Amino acid sequence: MALAFYWVPDAPEEGFRQRIFYIHVPVALTAYACFGWAAWKGLRLLWTREQHHDLESYTAVHMGVIFGILTLVTGSIWARTSWGVWWSWGERQLVLFLILFLFYSAYFMLRYSTEPGPRRANMSAVYALFGVVLIPVSFLAIRLAEGLIHPVVFDRDVGENLATSQLLTFIVCFAGMLALAASLYTNELTGKRLDARLRELREALE
Amino acid sequence: MTYLADIAALARKDLLLELRSRDTVPAMVLFVVSALVVFNFSLPADSGDLAAYGLLWVAIVFTALLGLTRAFVAEREQRVLDGLVLTPADRSTIWIGKGIAVLAFLLLAEVVALPAFALFFEPVDATLVAAVLLADVGLAAVGTLLAAMAAASRARELLLPLLFLPLVIPIVVGGVGASVDDDPARYLGFLVLYDLIFAILSWASFEYVVTE
Amino acid sequence: MIRARALERRFGEKRVFRGLDLDVAERDFLVVTGPNGSGKSTLLALCAGLLAPTRGELEVRASRERIGYLAHEPLVYRELSAFENLDLYGRLYRIPERRERIGMLLERFGLWDARHERVSALSRGMQQRLALCRALLHEPELLLLDEPYAGLDEAGALLLDGELAALGGSRTCLVATHDPARVAGLATSSLALV
Repeated sequence: MALAFYWVPDAPEEGFRQRIFYIHVPVALTAYACFGWAAWKGLRLLWTREQHHDLESYTAVHMGVIFGILTLVTGSIWARTSWGVWWSWGERQLVLFLILFLFYSAYFMLRYSTEPGPRRANMSAVYALFGVVLIPVSFLAIRLAEGLIHPVVFDRDVGENLATSQLLTFIVCFAGMLALAASLYTNELTGKRLDARLRELREALE
Repeated sequence: MTYLADIAALARKDLLLELRSRDTVPAMVLFVVSALVVFNFSLPADSGDLAAYGLLWVAIVFTALLGLTRAFVAEREQRVLDGLVLTPADRSTIWIGKGIAVLAFLLLAEVVALPAFALFFEPVDATLVAAVLLADVGLAAVGTLLAAMAAASRARELLLPLLFLPLVIPIVVGGVGASVDDDPARYLGFLVLYDLIFAILSWASFEYVVTE
Repeated sequence: MIRARALERRFGEKRVFRGLDLDVAERDFLVVTGPNGSGKSTLLALCAGLLAPTRGELEVRASRERIGYLAHEPLVYRELSAFENLDLYGRLYRIPERRERIGMLLERFGLWDARHERVSALSRGMQQRLALCRALLHEPELLLLDEPYAGLDEAGALLLDGELAALGGSRTCLVATHDPARVAGLATSSLALV
């Protein structure tokens, strides 16, 4: 994982600015993966009614939001270094993640304002499923919106074919990000499970 | 088909309740007209004619939100929802029945809003009406499900806008696009797609939102 | 008909009961007693299927159309009339000869004259009677009644006595009550929650 981070500086072919690409896109893809995992866990919860899926789904959403914020931040930095602005409505990924950020923030509001229990778990699972469906629908919407709201004025220089070494770097970074996400996920999940176990033990003693 | 009969019974009940209390629809109508008046003052002089269409869609979304906030109030207060959930009727019929009522209220509000808009701002053509109808279906479908979620929480009317707005951004895109673009077919098609996807998803998952 | 093993239910941090074992056979009449907050209502809601257990097993061998549930709230729309409420439930429960059945119940519980009045205009006792009508409307085989005598005047209570006596032998009943003496004659078993 650490290797992935240090490899990036080894391939600065287009100059310093381009390097953020190796972080920004993997982070975005990892966020998608987290949201997808959360939706999967939500589906499992609704299917089996086993409550442990709820915690796993929630943690995955949490990870997704963290990586989502990172996507917004790195995307903003990239926009700044490439085009001199901190924000661009023409930048599809950025807009998509803004919508997703709003959506999943509401997820936390939903959880926060509902009594813990099977009901909350169900609703969270359904909401996570809506989220993952929203991703492609929003993307489509954003693409449609470009035609009528803000003309795309900036060149996007990442659509080109990547040279092999760049591709390799990219894949390593992506793998690294996923590994990071997975380890954070397991970490947090273990922590929460320990909390729950501790609570159980305390009650058993009462 | 008892499924359809259940839906009819539930939708009828919601319409009857509104007819008795007459609180939601008048409020929605008044809100949307007030919003349009506010928009007159919020548009700078050289905004261009098309900006008004954008604001129309904002008005529609927030009017829908107003109606949805009231959607499950009766069920929640008397815990009638428990009574409905206990019947042998499929839980999705509750969603459809309530959704039909929400849709009806929204349409009634728009029957006033669209002519008002045409009077105050820009002309309304058939494409716009089609877009509004399609959008209404999406708003009602998704909104009814989310309203049930919000009703089960402590925050209730505070939570619904937070859940609702991100999900309906695509509807706004579709609606505004259909209103201003030269080629509205793409946007109308997109609205149909949205409606299909989210209506099916809401229909399938409503059961889980109201049970444990 | 009902079987529970190590049943537990908690709401957030609060645990209402735990380790509850229960067996209710068909045509049993179980009286559930206990102080406020001991979980009587929760137990009935669990049996009705409105709540899911936090832990343990619960098996209720009755489908939704065979369960009649009475809660603290009457579960009726305040702005509809007694008749309209029962008509709605009657449709949803697919009751044959709906009008006759509703009329019969309204009359039996003394609500016939008030049948077209909005529920919000009825007294607490009348609302409770209406709730009883709603619970009994579809002739359920399993009756889950949460404090059915609450809010009833003496006449209403006598009516309910009669109903329970008539049903007690042929249906399975779980009744949560603060006044177990009232139904002591019908009870086949009792459960005291702490």
